Amino acid sequence: MPRTYLTRSAPDTGEVERRRWMFRHPVVIRVTHWVNAICLLVLLMSGLQIFNAHPALYWGKVSTFDTPLMGMSSTEDDPPKGVTTVIGHSFDTTGYLGSSTGSDGEAADRGFPSWATLPSDQDLTGGRSWHFFFAWAFVLNGLAYLLYGLVSGQLRFRVIPSRDQFRHFGASVWEHLTLRFPQGDEAKRYNVVQKLTYLVVLFVLLPVQVLAGLAMSPAMDAAFPFLLTLFDGRQSARTVHFVVAALLVLFVVVHVALVLLSGFWNNMRGMLTGWFVIERKVEPAPVTGETRA
Amino acid sequence: MSRLPSRRALLTGASAAAAAAVLGGCDRLGNAEWFRRTLKTGEDANLFVQRLLLTDRTLAPEYAEADISPWFKPNGTEDPPDRDYKALAKGRFAKYHLQVDGLVEAPFRLSLAELRKLPARTQITRHDCVEGWSAIGKWTGVPLADLLKRAKLKPEGRYVVFHCADTMDQGEDNGGADTAEDGGSDETIPAGNANPAMTKQSGGGESRKDSGGQQASDDTAASGGSPVRYYESIDLVDAFHPQTILAYDMNDKALPVSNGAPLRLRVERNLGYKHAKYVMRIEVVESFAHLGDGKGGYWEDQGYAWYAGI
Repeated sequence: MPRTYLTRSAPDTGEVERRRWMFRHPVVIRVTHWVNAICLLVLLMSGLQIFNAHPALYWGKVSTFDTPLMGMSSTEDDPPKGVTTVIGHSFDTTGYLGSSTGSDGEAADRGFPSWATLPSDQDLTGGRSWHFFFAWAFVLNGLAYLLYGLVSGQLRFRVIPSRDQFRHFGASVWEHLTLRFPQGDEAKRYNVVQKLTYLVVLFVLLPVQVLAGLAMSPAMDAAFPFLLTLFDGRQSARTVHFVVAALLVLFVVVHVALVLLSGFWNNMRGMLTGWFVIERKVEPAPVTGETRA
Repeated sequence: MSRLPSRRALLTGASAAAAAAVLGGCDRLGNAEWFRRTLKTGEDANLFVQRLLLTDRTLAPEYAEADISPWFKPNGTEDPPDRDYKALAKGRFAKYHLQVDGLVEAPFRLSLAELRKLPARTQITRHDCVEGWSAIGKWTGVPLADLLKRAKLKPEGRYVVFHCADTMDQGEDNGGADTAEDGGSDETIPAGNANPAMTKQSGGGESRKDSGGQQASDDTAASGGSPVRYYESIDLVDAFHPQTILAYDMNDKALPVSNGAPLRLRVERNLGYKHAKYVMRIEVVESFAHLGDGKGGYWEDQGYAWYAGI
């Protein structure tokens, strides 16, 4: 039973002990988590490098060049200004998008700045090499995670909310907004907002990202023409790939923020060694409901 | 509570420092030959898996007349600087001949007029540049398979090499790998310039100047410093694919110089840089190791993958 595995506890020393150790993350989950983290970072940065080779996005089968959905460029001024255009609206993004200072200290015409890309200098072929290698690593690692998750029952336990959790959806959202996280037995499992987020990331964002990436391959389009139907053309697939990448960045930012806010060392220990501390609920609760010193 | 900000500041500072170190480390890693070769296994896997997924006959999607791009972006060389080519273009390619030779039983030459009399294939296909953009064009030309059957391949022939008219300019490094469909910059250089320094090293910044590049200049020196012209190679799977044609018409008109007149390769299911423009000679070889830097094409010699299905 996965449930017992997740709640395997160190000997409870009795009423005085307010903390309880719990073995939360099996080794496969921990390893695939960190491999995945590295893969996503490399894929993001090498992806921005590839994007910089033609920093514009379109919808449909082909590029219209003059009228992109979103595009980055630099002006003829000295020093050049970076301009980002989104659906006809232009913004001055000098220093960040369109024109930024490279590693040599010179202003360079580039979509994303050198600190955001891998390799840092303009190097499409280098970016492609990094991207493809880590795309394979990401997919194989993801499959290992899914296989293990399904067989062990971890996946269902982790990402499928129970019926009682659904009933407390509103309360869970409120807990996140007020940064008051579940304690005691409730902390042994992921809360409903967490589960639904992981569910969407695992089974919507990441698969869509892989499919959109494949849809940009002319050979894959020959083998699986439905990819083009699915995304309404190769250029839309490229746009979707970019937007989903941005959503994944948003996910990671919120994920890391919540890791920091909900007990950084405890969370890190959990994902590194597997052991996680559950703070027991203090009963009766104080008037304010605050239990932390 | 008062402890928190300092810890947070510490963490922020530490992660910023770590990030900078990691970034610098990644660039150094990316320049190390062993790591580069490791990364390349990803591209090897692309070839392996895509060849499993595609049959020899799997067709690239074809489009309707209405989908044709109003402007088919020319990329790379748009006007070959070579004197010989300019002379041919001036005569509207009346004196042009396509040479087919190498590991074949019956090498031959065909003029443009003769090529136009052969059975042709017309296809409306999407062109995907490695940079990321796409355009749709209508192409008419001779299936490469027909030419190869006519020349009768010898059994040891494994690759088909396309030798092009355009000399690639290497002089000014524009610091960007941003013209990767075909050819280099537009700067004119004298035809037949035998300056070995001119060859190789374009488009990718310092990171390209690796051992491979070193070897390149050695090779060039050894081969007498002849100018490097655009070239490409494909294997027999792509060569005999029904959509692989040598196109002389684009959008029902004679192929313009900017798009590769008088003859360009269309090798659908591949990115743009495989679609060699200004094709002068088709050579069947057993290996392309002796050509250029030995990577199988002009852009391949600059680090791009030989297999361009993705």
